[in-house]
Amino acid sequence: MSSLLESYAAITGPDVIDHLRQLAESLRGTKVVHVNSTRIGGGVAEILEKLAPLSNELGLDTSWEVISGGEEFYQCTKSMHNGLQGNRVQINAALLAAYEQANEANAEILREKLSEADFVFIHDPQPAGLLAHCPNRRGKWVWRCHIDASHPYRPVWKYLRKMVDRYDASIFSLPAFAQPLQHPQYIIPPSIDPLSDKNIELSQEEVNRVRAEFDLDPARPLLVQVSRFDRFKDPVGVIQAYRLAKKFIPSLQLVLAGGGASDDPEGDIVLAEAREMANNDPDVHILLLAPDAHRTINALQRAADIVLQKSTKEGFGLTVTEAMWKSKPVIGGDTGGIRLQVINYHTGFLVHTPEGAALRIRYLLRQKTRMQEMGIKGKEYARENFLLTRHLREYLTLMVGLRHKDEYRIELN
Amino acid sequence: MEKEKALFFAVKDCALITIATGRKAVNLAELRDNLQLVNTASIYHHFWGGLLVPRFEEREFHNDFAGWVRHSLREPELAERLAAIDPGEAENVEAIRQELLEIIEECLEQSENAHWMPAARQFEFLRGQLVVFDTHRRLEKPADLAEQIPKMSTSSIFYHFIDARSRMPESSDDFRFWLTGYGAEYQDLCAKLAAIDPFFSSLSQIRQELAELFSAYFAGGVA
Repeated sequence: MSSLLESYAAITGPDVIDHLRQLAESLRGTKVVHVNSTRIGGGVAEILEKLAPLSNELGLDTSWEVISGGEEFYQCTKSMHNGLQGNRVQINAALLAAYEQANEANAEILREKLSEADFVFIHDPQPAGLLAHCPNRRGKWVWRCHIDASHPYRPVWKYLRKMVDRYDASIFSLPAFAQPLQHPQYIIPPSIDPLSDKNIELSQEEVNRVRAEFDLDPARPLLVQVSRFDRFKDPVGVIQAYRLAKKFIPSLQLVLAGGGASDDPEGDIVLAEAREMANNDPDVHILLLAPDAHRTINALQRAADIVLQKSTKEGFGLTVTEAMWKSKPVIGGDTGGIRLQVINYHTGFLVHTPEGAALRIRYLLRQKTRMQEMGIKGKEYARENFLLTRHLREYLTLMVGLRHKDEYRIELN
Repeated sequence: MEKEKALFFAVKDCALITIATGRKAVNLAELRDNLQLVNTASIYHHFWGGLLVPRFEEREFHNDFAGWVRHSLREPELAERLAAIDPGEAENVEAIRQELLEIIEECLEQSENAHWMPAARQFEFLRGQLVVFDTHRRLEKPADLAEQIPKMSTSSIFYHFIDARSRMPESSDDFRFWLTGYGAEYQDLCAKLAAIDPFFSSLSQIRQELAELFSAYFAGGVA
């Protein structure tokens, strides 16, 4: 067995890896290309970073390509992202033209590779226009939507649907996100990589060093939310919840740690809003971390007593699984993929308001045993459901499934 | 399993992937309307697919329709009636569909409110696609089951013990099918296998139950 697979077997158990090997047998040599718009930052890049080499070790020929564009392209795709999440955004013709031009220009570079691939996975709206520029494609093209598209702003969806409908299949993270389309819509939740810097075991010394670096008092309770500075992540609501809880627990500390992503131009505005709301409270630590500050994020999550993900809209919210993997209870917004991870009274609590979050913070900090039990359960739940190996298994299953059209039971020989 | 190859048991494994059908219901009338039209694969999935999903609580209802009616529509009586449907007794999935529809229609006829009362969360009709592959493990004699069952993955148990019911005559499973190839020799063991109710156990519990049964039987103990 090769080394990367061996490393995963140590975490998941050898049976999980054997299962992947057997499933991948019929796909040996299959050419697979993943395309997204950022190499660093955000959950998609983190997944692809390991998914591609791991599937190569299983005998597939997988590569990962990244498209790029100008400022207007990213403005357009950020608006598309917000529109898919239900924001009433207006995207003017100039931005759409920039989007289309960027896809055309990237297609010029990638056309040969994409046209020859057996499977092309296009992640999110940014590269969705590539398909139209590859008329001689021979493989199956799959649009992978990582966004909560359950109630998209209709004009934005109408524009995207024209492109997406031409794909052979799409993937959504939850059934509720799926939209009427003319092809099969697979349901695959995303995953975390337990061996990445963001999730790997850290020494207590390293956690303590990060605590010291950000002036966090190890003797006082700590709340942590890790996410981009994005309105849907509700950083302002998190500060409100912290304030409400702090009336009862004056020693409380809060960290809002946001990593920027190169395709998110709105982050600065939301960061400023959060700083204004924090109003120089010395116990509120707003940290704008570099996109590659994975070990710092890891240490902050491990330093936390409770992890929050109080999103009002969420594609999936991998930070929840990251926290569960570190045996932390999670207080999450009752939305999207967070519902799949936070199971009330088992792995944490689902909340709707800052008041609700504050109530659960107070409860957990008074019920330390309960908090520990939830942490243990959360880690096992993450191990069974949200690790990269499960994600890869479902991609392999999908590829086999797509080759066999609508059959329910596909017997491989 | 093919009957003529009953000399050995080929251990298979499977991976299930979920596909959205695009059909959704926000009240009971919509559930009925969609049930009339949805592919039988979706009905099958909502009866059995849940077994492949790890969960903390034991399954309260053994089909998703009953669970949704109880928790999202808050209709406990209807939920209990839907939960009483035994897919093992039904001739095929089409018969299960008819049984579901009859019970729901009756409820709709009795209550005007049931037509429009909105659910707390919508019901999403899903279906599955099952990829079955060979583990290349072969059992040469029934006594091997005692040693090999604990080594099988839970998805392998799903394929041989649950999914088999829709492939085999009389809702049998692959183990019983193999054992009946030996004539009457294992009739009593087959009866014990038939008595295992797979509905209210997780797959790992079912594996444990099977392992204990085979172990006790082939050790000459009382299973």
